[in-house]
Amino acid sequence: MSPTVSFARRHAWYLVCAVVVMTIPLYVSDAYYLSVMAFMGSKFMMALGLSLLLGQAGQISLGQAGFVGVGAYGAAILTTRLGFNPWLAMVLATVLAATIAGLVGMPALKLKGYYLAMATLGVNEIIFILLVQLKGLTNGTDGITSIPSLTIGGLDLTSPRAYHLLVWGVALLMLRFALNLSRSRVGRSLRALRRSEPAAESLGVDTSFRKVQVFMLAAVFASIAGSFDAFYVHYISPESYTITLSIILITGVVIGGLGTIWGALWGTAAIVILPEILKRVNAGFTNLVFGLLLIAVMVFWQGKTDNVAMWLKGLARRRTAQAPTVRGSSGGDDG
Amino acid sequence: MSSAQFLQYVFSGITSGSIYALTALGFTLVYNATDIINFAQGQLVMLGGMTAAGLRGFGLSLPLCFLGAVATVAVVSVVFEQAAIKPLMGKGVISQIIATVGASFVFEAAAMLIWGRDAKTLSPFTGDTPLRIGGATLVPQTLWVVGATVLIVTALQVFYRRSLFGKAVRACAVNPMAARLQGISYRQVVLVSFVLSGVISAAAGVMITPISFMSYSSGALLGLKGFAAATFGGLGNPVGAVLGGFLLGLLEALAVGVFSAGYRDAVAFVILLLVLFIRPVGLLGARVADRQ
Repeated sequence: MSPTVSFARRHAWYLVCAVVVMTIPLYVSDAYYLSVMAFMGSKFMMALGLSLLLGQAGQISLGQAGFVGVGAYGAAILTTRLGFNPWLAMVLATVLAATIAGLVGMPALKLKGYYLAMATLGVNEIIFILLVQLKGLTNGTDGITSIPSLTIGGLDLTSPRAYHLLVWGVALLMLRFALNLSRSRVGRSLRALRRSEPAAESLGVDTSFRKVQVFMLAAVFASIAGSFDAFYVHYISPESYTITLSIILITGVVIGGLGTIWGALWGTAAIVILPEILKRVNAGFTNLVFGLLLIAVMVFWQGKTDNVAMWLKGLARRRTAQAPTVRGSSGGDDG
Repeated sequence: MSSAQFLQYVFSGITSGSIYALTALGFTLVYNATDIINFAQGQLVMLGGMTAAGLRGFGLSLPLCFLGAVATVAVVSVVFEQAAIKPLMGKGVISQIIATVGASFVFEAAAMLIWGRDAKTLSPFTGDTPLRIGGATLVPQTLWVVGATVLIVTALQVFYRRSLFGKAVRACAVNPMAARLQGISYRQVVLVSFVLSGVISAAAGVMITPISFMSYSSGALLGLKGFAAATFGGLGNPVGAVLGGFLLGLLEALAVGVFSAGYRDAVAFVILLLVLFIRPVGLLGARVADRQ
């Protein structure tokens, strides 16, 4: 088998997905739907980071929206007030988000379960309060307007089409990175510490270091997504970065399936497309449905299998073979 | 700060402290029975206040609104326990967190669909002529809130210390397995704890609505502060929950006096994070924090 063929075979799903996503602007011309798709790209980045943290390492964060806010406000403040180049502003905002995540993560990740969830919720809430209260810097609830666009060599990336390609281009790179990571030694050690921290530690995994590392990585993904959104919409205000967004991201990762990187993609599609459908009836139904889905997924799957697809497969197998199914192993993702 | 001003802040702190204490008690009751932290606890407080305000809109008398709200939330708690908690007992912390977080979304969205986005209020239980004490003013509703809190806490203590069922609940908190071997129905204990927790939360919600407005989104903050109070005092310890609630209320009120009102809500989270990072067992800590 030639190297090209084996490469294509190994990465079939990833390549199919990349081609489909990157050609969407060819057959979708409606600006609204293109924008929805582009926002899906940035939501996917946030969900991807959370998927590594929650799905792979088993550490919950109810505060991802706070880091999205740091990315958005960092980018906005640096460009509008200090005249920084947007790309540089994005990088600096990301460094800031990673620093905050590191400083918060070191003590917070020593906590387990409920305490970690509440601590991250608290961090989200404090970031939100600061965004509202530091009026000199953030304009408070009025938000920041006229944020410049991203440009590449004089090419303005404001059109929905260009923005779609840019955001999904970056999101696909992040997906590749996450897939590679989950199949690497790091990914295996993350899954090991999810199952049992003492066991992972006894095998030589530095669990506290790994947890902080993946927490920072999730914050970086969230921050980059936040910056992209800010440059596209040109306007940001604090209420976009409340705990509600954090919980919606959790919903995405949970619907897609904990323990699989690809799940973040299906989950993101669900949390972006469902509201678009539900708002035709009543936008108020969105969170109701999300909440019910969170409960239903937990109650019906109870962490037994890693995702919906595996559960269906298990059902089908039981039907055909009438044999007890073996719990699907949560190995690295193919792609 | 003059002494009259100081007294004013103390009054305000005790009022909100009562609500945090009751919310913290709600967390404690469920935690002791099940080892679960109910992330929808604050939304139960909100449901209490909103139901009472909604019933008041139909022209019901205030005591009926109070009873109606408490009964409604008790029923909601039973349904919630049966649908989301019972199947997840012992199924791992992450799934319990996610399910109760989901419930918080459900309660919030349902409240918004039923009562709309506007904040609601309720008339004070006994008029609104302020009392003047030492240069500071005190609204009569404050006395209701503090009085009812003291009453509820005392009644709970009597229930837990004196009644057979209360002792059974305490036995389950120490060791569910050993309690069951003694013939205690663990299922019953869990259900009763959820209902009690819901009833106390709903009562807190009804009492606070005349003082600070209530809207569908008020629950999240109330829940976080209640948890901060419970952790501050020592999670799992009812006395700690009440102590933590009042201390948090007072610190918040003083922070408003010293800094600015805008940072009022941050106090609870700073305290929560400091307690978690420095002394996770809280002031009267009975349990270790890494207990899942």
